[in-house]
Amino acid sequence: MCVTCGCGNTEEALTLHTAEHEHVHADGTRHTHSHPHIPGFAAVPFRDAALHSHAASVPGRDTRTLQLESQILGKNQVTAERNRSRLAARGILALNLVSSPGAGKTTLLERTLTDLKSELRFGVIEGDQETSNDAERIRATGVPAVQINTGTGCHLEADMLQRALEALDPAPESLLMIENVGNLVCPALFDLGERAKVVIFSVTEGEDKPLKYPHMFAAAEVLLLSKTDLLPHIRFDIDLAASHALSVNPRLRIFRVSAYSGEGLPQWYGWLKSELALCRVPA
Amino acid sequence: MHELSITRSVVAIVAERAAGRRVTRVRLQIGALSAVMPEAVRFCFGVCAADTPLAGAALQIDEIPGLGCCDDCGAHVPLDALVGRCPDCGTASLRVIAGRELNIKEMEVESCV
Repeated sequence: MCVTCGCGNTEEALTLHTAEHEHVHADGTRHTHSHPHIPGFAAVPFRDAALHSHAASVPGRDTRTLQLESQILGKNQVTAERNRSRLAARGILALNLVSSPGAGKTTLLERTLTDLKSELRFGVIEGDQETSNDAERIRATGVPAVQINTGTGCHLEADMLQRALEALDPAPESLLMIENVGNLVCPALFDLGERAKVVIFSVTEGEDKPLKYPHMFAAAEVLLLSKTDLLPHIRFDIDLAASHALSVNPRLRIFRVSAYSGEGLPQWYGWLKSELALCRVPA
Repeated sequence: MHELSITRSVVAIVAERAAGRRVTRVRLQIGALSAVMPEAVRFCFGVCAADTPLAGAALQIDEIPGLGCCDDCGAHVPLDALVGRCPDCGTASLRVIAGRELNIKEMEVESCV
């Protein structure tokens, strides 16, 4: 019998088990719930305490309920807003570049910096779990870059950007490119203080990616459909991909680009310049 | 696995509010369209709560179903994904009105004696 909830499952047979079961509290209230059981974890004290004590009222002790109504991401949001207002005060356009790993974020960024660095000022913040390879690639273009290593973390958070901004100290009226950790799920939830999220989706992925990962496409303002130079060699219906993206987010602005052939880059650069102009602080 | 960060935030917010008192119960609201899995939060909670005033606290999660409002005909439509169609008029322009919640509703602390 399972030592945690008393169900008939054996320790050896325990896999993921999410059956609902009933509990009776010390005060007589009953309720049902479900949760996973994982081999080797059944007897760990925290599971017993956190999942099963349900100490709605611990006998012999007075408790008090406090209403909170706090947003779980409230702290991140406060830091993000602080970052946003600091960037806005200096006329900096900050973009949060997001994609799955390998969609071509860094290559597209290198090309953008190389083409525009004589006209615009740039700063780059690179987020990866490990290595400073990407920051080194960016520095090789002559643009200042700071690398954030998140370790096991799968996304950047607003306080990481805050620290990176202190290290980078981006120039007034510059374009700040924040390359998030390659991940189409987690970065969608964490506002960093950017002006917009730009999602990069390459033609070597599936057309239905926007439907599979709708949160990211819904959170973005711009979609770069990348690696279009490969289209003649692969089966990828780019119009279908764009229509899936628009079904998730009808406001998405879409550019079809290739960092190799240069296709679509003038339109992308035009958008960058017009957004930067909107950020300019009146003299 | 953003649920680990999410759960850490819950523990940080509640521990701060507890101001040294032991926490016996935490009640969260997690919407079905929030991209956060309640099961994963439950799994992380015990680990994150260890050695904090929340150690041993019960975790209660209210799961809020997704609900959309059709901008064209005004119908309310249950949603299990961010994308959906209005069954009444067929339009895809549904506005999410519930299901994105990610809140700490309440917490229970031991009273000071």
